[in-house]
Amino acid sequence: MTESQPELKVRIGPLELKNPVLTASGTFGYGREFSGLMDIDSLGGIVVKGLSLRPMAGNPPPRIVETPCGMLNAIGLANIGLDLFLEEKLPWLKALNTAVIVNIYGHSIDEYRAVAAGLKGIDGIAAIEVNISCPNVEQGGMAFGTDPVVSAKVTEEVLKNTDKPVIVKLSPNVTDIRSIAVAVEKAGAHAVSLINTLTGMAIDIDSRKPKLSNISGGLSGPAIRPVAVYMVYQVVRSVNIPVIGGGGIMDYRDALEFLIAGARAVQIGTANFVNPGISVEIIDGLRKFCKEQEIKRIEDIIGTLKPPF
Amino acid sequence: MIEQKAEIIFNRKVASDTFLMGLRASDIVAEAAPGQFVMIRVSPELDPILRRPFSICGTQEGDMLLVLYRVIGKGTRILAGVGQGETLSVLGPLGTGFKFPEKGQKAILVSGGIGIAPLIFLAQKMKDREMKFLSGYRSVKEMVPIEWAGLSGINDSISTDDGTMGHKGPVTDLFEAAIDEFRGGAFVFSCGPLPMLKKVAEITLERGISCQVSVETHMACGLGACQGCAVKSSFHEDRTYFHVCQDGPVFDARSLDW
Repeated sequence: MTESQPELKVRIGPLELKNPVLTASGTFGYGREFSGLMDIDSLGGIVVKGLSLRPMAGNPPPRIVETPCGMLNAIGLANIGLDLFLEEKLPWLKALNTAVIVNIYGHSIDEYRAVAAGLKGIDGIAAIEVNISCPNVEQGGMAFGTDPVVSAKVTEEVLKNTDKPVIVKLSPNVTDIRSIAVAVEKAGAHAVSLINTLTGMAIDIDSRKPKLSNISGGLSGPAIRPVAVYMVYQVVRSVNIPVIGGGGIMDYRDALEFLIAGARAVQIGTANFVNPGISVEIIDGLRKFCKEQEIKRIEDIIGTLKPPF
Repeated sequence: MIEQKAEIIFNRKVASDTFLMGLRASDIVAEAAPGQFVMIRVSPELDPILRRPFSICGTQEGDMLLVLYRVIGKGTRILAGVGQGETLSVLGPLGTGFKFPEKGQKAILVSGGIGIAPLIFLAQKMKDREMKFLSGYRSVKEMVPIEWAGLSGINDSISTDDGTMGHKGPVTDLFEAAIDEFRGGAFVFSCGPLPMLKKVAEITLERGISCQVSVETHMACGLGACQGCAVKSSFHEDRTYFHVCQDGPVFDARSLDW
């Protein structure tokens, strides 16, 4: 008797993934950096480094600092810009047999519009993920993603300028993440992903200076996982569009927490720095778990959280 | 570049807070060049979470990778407690190493403290050249013996800040004297604390002498993905920052904004 393999395929609105494991933007470069260390084609998809209209040099160093069970980063969204991405990075990405999701951001609504338009009609891109956590230069640097009205506006403008499914990546640095999720759903987003990093700070007590040149940075890693799991739980119960969860996932058991809470896929971030092959190990772990639990399809486990009593 | 589980062959104290570790890592050793580094996960626990970057200090017996490190924080403290026979995940070799001078060219190696690590590997590979090896320490307690590296008999000088060994004062004093002695075509290689590197760069830039420096930064991935290890470039129009993990850790002193 041959043992049948569990079905790992998941659907994120119009997007079908061969399994629910994606690599998170900013933690996996443009994919190629990891090509000698893992089979990228076995991933559900990769979300490439956040893309802006023009190249961005990023923040002065120090840009990263390790914290308990995590790290703070203030890279400053350094990237090669739209034109070089299309010319130098996309041809290699297109040849992959996995979903390539392009994360985009802007410093103004116009820039979001322009980046989305620049990717329109180009094949080899499975979806666009919109980073709304960056500062809005037109509104005193307050992040777009902290205001439901502005978040909806960004979503609408990107949708108007793209032919691809749109995932909006939500910031956790808000009073109630559900209000933002509902706003972008109303604006037409096909899915939401959460959480982006939590804003934090670390101080060197000897020099009495911040450990990051940017003063604050984004906290990631297992330190934030419980926050992320709870936010996913909340958002899943507030919107009807698919939710992609992530935040500090280090192994397949962590990934399962998000799936059980209702996420239809997960993003692996900081763990890629620690163990470059981790995403493939997580896929293998999910497959093994399904087999052991006699779960035929991974989708059967999504949102199966039980009440505490 | 390979990720492999490497068995610890030895992990012994060689100076105050300073350890030399030998790991069995044949695949990494096969590709390793002086100036390159490895990222070591010091424990499978989540705290500390990130791998630690270490210069490759040498290779021996075909499959042994040598790492010289100083205990400065939580990660290196854990590393110092790892015993023979245990295994650690090692990623490497990473980065761009030293460019060798042409045959017949003289070389001056200048290290500060634990910055001697990549220069030991370099010196081993340049034994056939005329070379001067200058190393500075805060105190004799920190002095790293180099006889094990097959470098005995090498033309070397030591300085200590407290005068407990060799010249009393910074290693850059020795360097300035040596460079004037070697006038006309010495290649300089240096690794150490930033103020020292800066001084070495100044001395060489003033004299128009070729100088390669190995720099250290905080680093998360070592692969060019996180872009956390930025250093300012001197080519402002072209590129604002280099990434130490790929463009370096070895740089031409002229290419950095000191």
